[in-house]
Amino acid sequence: MAKTPVPPSEERLLPRVRALLGGRVLDSHCHRGDETIIVPAESIQDVMRALHDDEELDFEILMDLCGVDHMPRRPRFEVVYHLCSYRKRHRLRVKVQVDGPEPVVPTLRDLWPGADWFEREVWDMYGIRFEGHPDLRRLLMYDGFEGHPLRKDYPVTRRQPLIGPRN
Amino acid sequence: MGILDTLESQVDAVVGWGRKYSLFVYPFVTACCGMEYMAASCAHYDTDRFGAAYPRFSPRQTDLLLVVGTISHKLAPVLKRVYEQMAEPKWVIAFGVCTCTGGFYDNYATVQGIDTIIPVDVYIPGCPPRPEMVIDGIMKLQDKIQREKAGLLRRRTMSVAEIPSPDTLSTIGGLTPHGQSKR
Repeated sequence: MAKTPVPPSEERLLPRVRALLGGRVLDSHCHRGDETIIVPAESIQDVMRALHDDEELDFEILMDLCGVDHMPRRPRFEVVYHLCSYRKRHRLRVKVQVDGPEPVVPTLRDLWPGADWFEREVWDMYGIRFEGHPDLRRLLMYDGFEGHPLRKDYPVTRRQPLIGPRN
Repeated sequence: MGILDTLESQVDAVVGWGRKYSLFVYPFVTACCGMEYMAASCAHYDTDRFGAAYPRFSPRQTDLLLVVGTISHKLAPVLKRVYEQMAEPKWVIAFGVCTCTGGFYDNYATVQGIDTIIPVDVYIPGCPPRPEMVIDGIMKLQDKIQREKAGLLRRRTMSVAEIPSPDTLSTIGGLTPHGQSKR
């Protein structure tokens, strides 16, 4: 017998998440079953620890961590975390918003070791610094590369070759 | 035309014949074109028919550098080092449009044609090229090798240091920085 599909906008996790996090949920929405919350950047460690430890939500996996540049919108940058629970079979998207030329977000390296390279990649591509990261070096670009290439204000034609002409 | 010239041309023909049917390949495979390289070099298309299927993973033992796949700026010094480690005589095939011109990776990360770093003999465009195009490229290289003076008494290629810089390049008869052989 086929399972009844979940109605597209039904909130399954958000009531529990709101009860757990209280006022730290700045905003939330649910689009076709994808539930998203926005939390303050400075509280991300506490929020993630709570989501990780809560027995009902049980988010043991950090699936992805990425940056977004929304220039010219303010606040300009977003860091997006995708959480997953294999045991409970559900997912949650958590976003923090940061601004300024040198945005800072606390690291999740201690909670999920897998966040290490994700955060290095976001630092490399967007220049978002992760406070408390033990080894925040570039991940993909080389030493000597200037700037952060996925920022919207990085010139699309700018080339920084190690050898050869700048074409 | 003296007897020595005749002799030299005969020697050139023999040496060229020997070289063109014993290409030891260094596959510098970085990306999706590698799948097409495997297809081209294995039984279905069988580049061994042209003596060019035996991959040697040491540049010191190879004649043909087959650059297969996108080359990023981070990797470019490695590619140049591998080329420099190969012993003369040596040839280079740019396999796939990324190695020819950068392809659609016109961005901060990608070398816009490996001929900005090392000399290239044959360009095989395509994304990826069909095995027939690869075989055609190898045959074109064989023709080129056969036509070459064997150069038993002289070196045949220019060194990497002699590749013109982009500043001088723009003054040489309208050559573009990529897509053209620098030989």
